[in-house]
Amino acid sequence: MASLDDLKKRIASVKSTQKITKAMKMVAAAKLRRAQESAEKGRPYSEKMNNVILNLSNGISDKENAPKLLSGTGQEKTHLCVVMTSDRGLCGGFNSNIIKKAKSYFARIIDEGKELKIITVGSKGNDQLKRVYGDKIIENISFKESKNANYFDADKVGKMVIEKFAAGEFDVCTIFYNQFKNVITQIPQAQQIIPLKNEGEESSSEESYEFEPDEDEILTNLLPKNISTQIFKAMLENSASEQGSRMSAMDNATRNAGEMVDKLTIEYNRSRQAAITKELIEIISGAESL
Amino acid sequence: MSEEFKVEIVNPEKSFLSKDDVIEAIVPAFEGEMGILKDHISIISFLKPGIIIIKSKEGEKKFFVEDGIVEFKNNNLSILTSSIYNLDEVDKNRIQELLKAAEEQINNSDVSDQAKFLIDQKINVLRSIN
Repeated sequence: MASLDDLKKRIASVKSTQKITKAMKMVAAAKLRRAQESAEKGRPYSEKMNNVILNLSNGISDKENAPKLLSGTGQEKTHLCVVMTSDRGLCGGFNSNIIKKAKSYFARIIDEGKELKIITVGSKGNDQLKRVYGDKIIENISFKESKNANYFDADKVGKMVIEKFAAGEFDVCTIFYNQFKNVITQIPQAQQIIPLKNEGEESSSEESYEFEPDEDEILTNLLPKNISTQIFKAMLENSASEQGSRMSAMDNATRNAGEMVDKLTIEYNRSRQAAITKELIEIISGAESL
Repeated sequence: MSEEFKVEIVNPEKSFLSKDDVIEAIVPAFEGEMGILKDHISIISFLKPGIIIIKSKEGEKKFFVEDGIVEFKNNNLSILTSSIYNLDEVDKNRIQELLKAAEEQINNSDVSDQAKFLIDQKINVLRSIN
C-alpha cells in the first residue's frame, strides 16, 4: 500500500490537473459560443451560393462544354483530399474522427489503384497522417496565427486547390471536416467539391433566368468562388466542432479527476486510520505484556 | 398593392443586411448599373466594384462592394459578396487603404486587361467616395 505521503502528493497533483481541465473547459465554452454563432451566420452564404449554382447548372445550355470545375475532367484517376483538422490538441476525438474517416477513404482509393494526393489543413492532421501517408502529402497549411476562421484564409486554400486543378494535378477533390451538430455530436464529413456534386433535389422550378453576362461566363467566375466558400464553411463548422469537442472532453476530464480525488481521499483516510489502529494495538499489547 | 420587395445581403461571415420594404435597388452589375424594382424578371448577374443603393421609405442606404453576385427571383433579391462596406459607417481610413492597395495593384504589370479594368473601376469609385 502506498504511504500516506505518496497519497497526499497524488491527491494534490490530481487536484491541480482538475483545475487546468476546468479552466480549459470554461475557455472552450466561451469560444464555442462565438464559433457556433459564426458557423450559423455563415450558413446562408454557402446555401445561397449553392442555390445559385444549382439554378445555373440546370439552366446551362451546352452541357458538354461546361466548365471543368463543374463537370470534371472526365476521368477519376487522381484524387486530391483536403483534410481539415485543428492546430491544437486536447479536444477529445475531434481530430481522430476526421482522420479515421479520411483513412478509410484513402484505403479505398488506393485499393482501386488510383493516385492519391493529400493536403492537410491544421497541424494535428499532418502529425497523424504523415507516418502512414507521408509521401502522399503534397502540402500542409496551418493557420495557427489567425484566431478565428476567416474568409481570407479559406480563399487561400481555395485558390491553391484551383491552381492545382488548372495545372491538371488531380481530377477529383474531396474535403474532410467535422460538421457541428451540437456540443456532444460532431459528424465527420467527406464532401466532394470538384467536380461539383448536386446533392439534394433538382430544383423543380423551371423558371428561366436572365443572365448577364451569359451563363458560361458567370459559371466560370462563380465556381472558383464556390470552392472557397465551401472550404470556408468547412472551416467554420470545424472550429465550432473543435471547441464543442474540447468542451465535452474537458468536462469529462474534470469529472474523472473529481472521482479520482474522492477515491484517493478515501484511501488516504483508510490508511491513516489503519496506521492509528496499528499503533494502538501495539501500545495495548505492550501494556498487557508487562 | 405594395411596391416593395425583399433584399438580403450576405457575406461569408454573416447576413449583412435583410430588409423587406425596399422600393428600389440599384446595383453595379457587370455590364452597367442596374435598377431593380418589384416584379423584375428573374436574373443572375455579377457585380463589379461600385455602389449599391437600397431605397426604402426610410431613405437611401449606400454600400460599397468590390465584387459579388446578385440573384433576383420571386421578388427576393440576394446579393452575395465577400467585401462590402456600409458607407455611413465605414472609416475613411479604410477607404484610403483600399484605394492605396488598388493603386498599387494597377501599377503591377502582370495583371490581365480585364483585371485592370476592374481595378480601374474600383479606383474611380473609391475616389468618388473620398
